[in-house]
Amino acid sequence: MSDFEPGKDLYHVDIAPGDVHQDGGETTEGVTSYLIGLGLATLLTIVSFFVSGTTLVWGPSIPVALSVLAIAQMGVHLVFFLKITTGPDNVNNVMALAFGVLIVFLLIVGSLWIMAHLNHNMMPMDQIMQMQR
Amino acid sequence: MTTFEAATGRDDPNRVARTASGLASKRILVGYGFWIFLLSDIIMFSAFFATYAVLVGQTAGGPSGQELFHLRTVGLETACLLVSSFTCGLANIGAQTYNRIWFYSAMAATFILGAAFLGLELREFADMIAHGAGPTRSAFLSAFFTLVGCHGLHVTAGLLWLLTMMAQVFAKGYRADILRRVLCFCLFWHTLDIIWVGLFTVVYLMGAGQ
Repeated sequence: MSDFEPGKDLYHVDIAPGDVHQDGGETTEGVTSYLIGLGLATLLTIVSFFVSGTTLVWGPSIPVALSVLAIAQMGVHLVFFLKITTGPDNVNNVMALAFGVLIVFLLIVGSLWIMAHLNHNMMPMDQIMQMQR
Repeated sequence: MTTFEAATGRDDPNRVARTASGLASKRILVGYGFWIFLLSDIIMFSAFFATYAVLVGQTAGGPSGQELFHLRTVGLETACLLVSSFTCGLANIGAQTYNRIWFYSAMAATFILGAAFLGLELREFADMIAHGAGPTRSAFLSAFFTLVGCHGLHVTAGLLWLLTMMAQVFAKGYRADILRRVLCFCLFWHTLDIIWVGLFTVVYLMGAGQ
């Protein structure tokens, strides 16, 4: 694949997301990784569904538990399915991911924050209708 | 140490990836570019998530998620998508090891599971609309159909792409460019599953357990 072979053993090179090796070749270790990912994701999904309907935990804590489980499962997917690792060959992929996560965080938290304040400060709808008469 | 080694930072334990030729292989460039696209897609979904979270309480006297969502269906959908993500990864390995049977059977399994997911989702939508809970009923339902429907559209596009990849491997064999497309398809399919994790948590599990 790579047309410059000498660098292969001596230097860390970039790696594409989803690949384990630079040239994309993968065999048993790839399958093992997918199997671990499937197992962990299944476990987290089952726990999520169980927690959502349970009365064993204090009610208001359920959304928090569900969020934590979802974020954990997204991490499992990233590591075992998309093969995003902390290795030096993955720096570019991780930096792009970090920037994406920052934007997602700003978008969701910012929207919720602003809209909650607007909602709080807005006159009730029936009064607005009254004024427009 | 030669100048070349010093310049490439070979002795630096935290050296950041460089090929000696200065340009990464095409597979890495394509994978990275597609990864950036996928992140932009995730950002678009996050806007829909924010919209949904803002509007989730605005039911305008109509049905809420608690009355509409059936967790059995959602669990089945989740299982279909998760296993299809796994088989998609197997298909990628099959393509890279030039194993035709492995590639075609894993891709076929991915297609069947993806189609099953889509069928369940469409049945759920049709059921809701038939009970007067269509996207025009309330702001909550508009946001719901936008968010979940957008994910469903992505899955539909992914299924078409999957069939295209099977046809291309059949017609053109395991050429480097075809393998890059298979890699991109797998990244796309895995990302759809990541979005679904957020979706079933925020929309269905939190909605049904309000």
